[in-house]
Amino acid sequence: MASDTLIEAQNLTKKYDDFVAVDNIDFQVYKGECVGFLGPNGAGKTTTIKMIHCVLPPFSGSLTIAGMSVSSKPREIKKMIGVAPQEDNLDPDFTVLQNLLVYARYFDIPKPVALKRSEELLKFIQLEEKRGVIIGQLSTGMKRRLILARALINEPQILLLDEPTTGLDPQARHLIWDKIRTLKKQGVTIILTTHYMDEAAALCDRTLIMDKGKIIETGKPAELVKKHIGEDVLEIEYDEKTMKTLQTMFPGARLEVVSERIRVFTSQPHGLFETFLQKHPTKGATIRNANLEDVFLKLTGRQLRE
Amino acid sequence: MKTRNRIAETFKPPELTYRVWKVWRRNFDVFMKTWKVNFFPPLLEPIFYLVAMGFGVGQFVKSIEGLSYLQFIAPALVAITTMNSSFFECTYGSFVRMYYQKTFDGIIATPISLEEVIAGELLWGATRSLISSSIVIAVIAAFGLISTPLALLILPIAFFAGLMFSAIAMCFTSLAPNIDFFNYPAFLFITPMFLLSGTFFSLSQYPAVLQTFANIALPLTHSVNLARGLMLGKPETSLLISIAWIAIVTPIFFIICINAMKRKLVK
Repeated sequence: MASDTLIEAQNLTKKYDDFVAVDNIDFQVYKGECVGFLGPNGAGKTTTIKMIHCVLPPFSGSLTIAGMSVSSKPREIKKMIGVAPQEDNLDPDFTVLQNLLVYARYFDIPKPVALKRSEELLKFIQLEEKRGVIIGQLSTGMKRRLILARALINEPQILLLDEPTTGLDPQARHLIWDKIRTLKKQGVTIILTTHYMDEAAALCDRTLIMDKGKIIETGKPAELVKKHIGEDVLEIEYDEKTMKTLQTMFPGARLEVVSERIRVFTSQPHGLFETFLQKHPTKGATIRNANLEDVFLKLTGRQLRE
Repeated sequence: MKTRNRIAETFKPPELTYRVWKVWRRNFDVFMKTWKVNFFPPLLEPIFYLVAMGFGVGQFVKSIEGLSYLQFIAPALVAITTMNSSFFECTYGSFVRMYYQKTFDGIIATPISLEEVIAGELLWGATRSLISSSIVIAVIAAFGLISTPLALLILPIAFFAGLMFSAIAMCFTSLAPNIDFFNYPAFLFITPMFLLSGTFFSLSQYPAVLQTFANIALPLTHSVNLARGLMLGKPETSLLISIAWIAIVTPIFFIICINAMKRKLVK
């Protein structure tokens, strides 16, 4: 297993004068994996990503990429990484194609190779027709796709995607998901951060949940759901009588009241809620599958972070 | 100990590679996309000055250091252009690329380092000075005010003086919390230099204290002195002093501004 470790962090810390952004974390990323960093705003996800691609120096601890330390081999590391940042930093003075070509130059990619790759990438992200268009005229979705293409110009072994689909419509999101899956199949190791739990569940082999600079849980999405929530969730409109009935019927369960609805989480197997509803038909009751969002909210709480 | 570290950090020579030119090249490519617009100001501005100051104000000036007023101000116009193009490129221009366009963030995600990005910006600022100064010299030549090939030496000087002004400008950029901040150096540094560095009247008209001040503290004084000496074909020892002044000040600010930008951007 150790030989497959591509990224390894030990006691990794990023500290500022008055606060700790990343607090003594350990993690590994293995070759070919897609790992999701989840966490509320300010959890330390982006800081961790920036340390991996060598633009923020760690305060203490060690961080190695393919056996190279971020503090001693930044250029070698950056050569093998592609980064799609959260913010749009495409070059507004250039066209779509020029953005790719200028970026290729930063990697010392010879012009003919850069041209060939750019054309392939434009095809890959379905922006061939926009090749001559200035960045300002692209939609948000097109910009995100171009940022993804730009991150691939150096044929990276590791791809860092910081909130790749934030602010996109469902069509654009699914297109990006599609591309990420294709890249995964090609063997690219992917690290992504996201606020969308469905995205993490759909794409990631493994997720790391961060909060307040620490990694508080890690595992496969489905296993985390099973471990923390169970299989089903029952949601019922709130009133005191129902609440009492539920408390007696499911003594071991966790009951949560949010916006006038009761949510019942129990680790007991399938079928239990159905039996309950047959006995106590309740208006507006639904049974749904437990999901990663339930895990996330359970672990990180419901308070707003900012 | 902390202060000592801070000083060592401020004066630490940056590690630079050929990649600096890739940053330069990016800016050059953008410049060439809109070259027509970019060539206009340095072409028209000296014409306005020569007409207004030379034919207008100049009518009231008999001669200054044995020169016609036009001959006197023409080299100063080159020096002013040198200063303005690099200073504004590395304040407003660099700030827009750094803060609004996030261009620097994009570049440092590649094998290029932040030090190289800033150095590339400085070399580009110097190049803008060279381009604009060349145009101004051509205009002045068209007015028949250049009679010696020595004037061509102003071009390399424009590049190096441009590098100096770029580095000074980048120091202000490292301090700027927002783009409006640049009003301060523009009005408290550039405008006084524009008027008080022996540009439109001779420094010898100053009291001795002010003359010394202009020679020690105002970089434009030396740019003007060099441009005037070379354009009039009078190589004097004072030119060597001006070259030495620029040669000493430029590397100091070059190093300081790169480290200051690093401190600002790498947190």
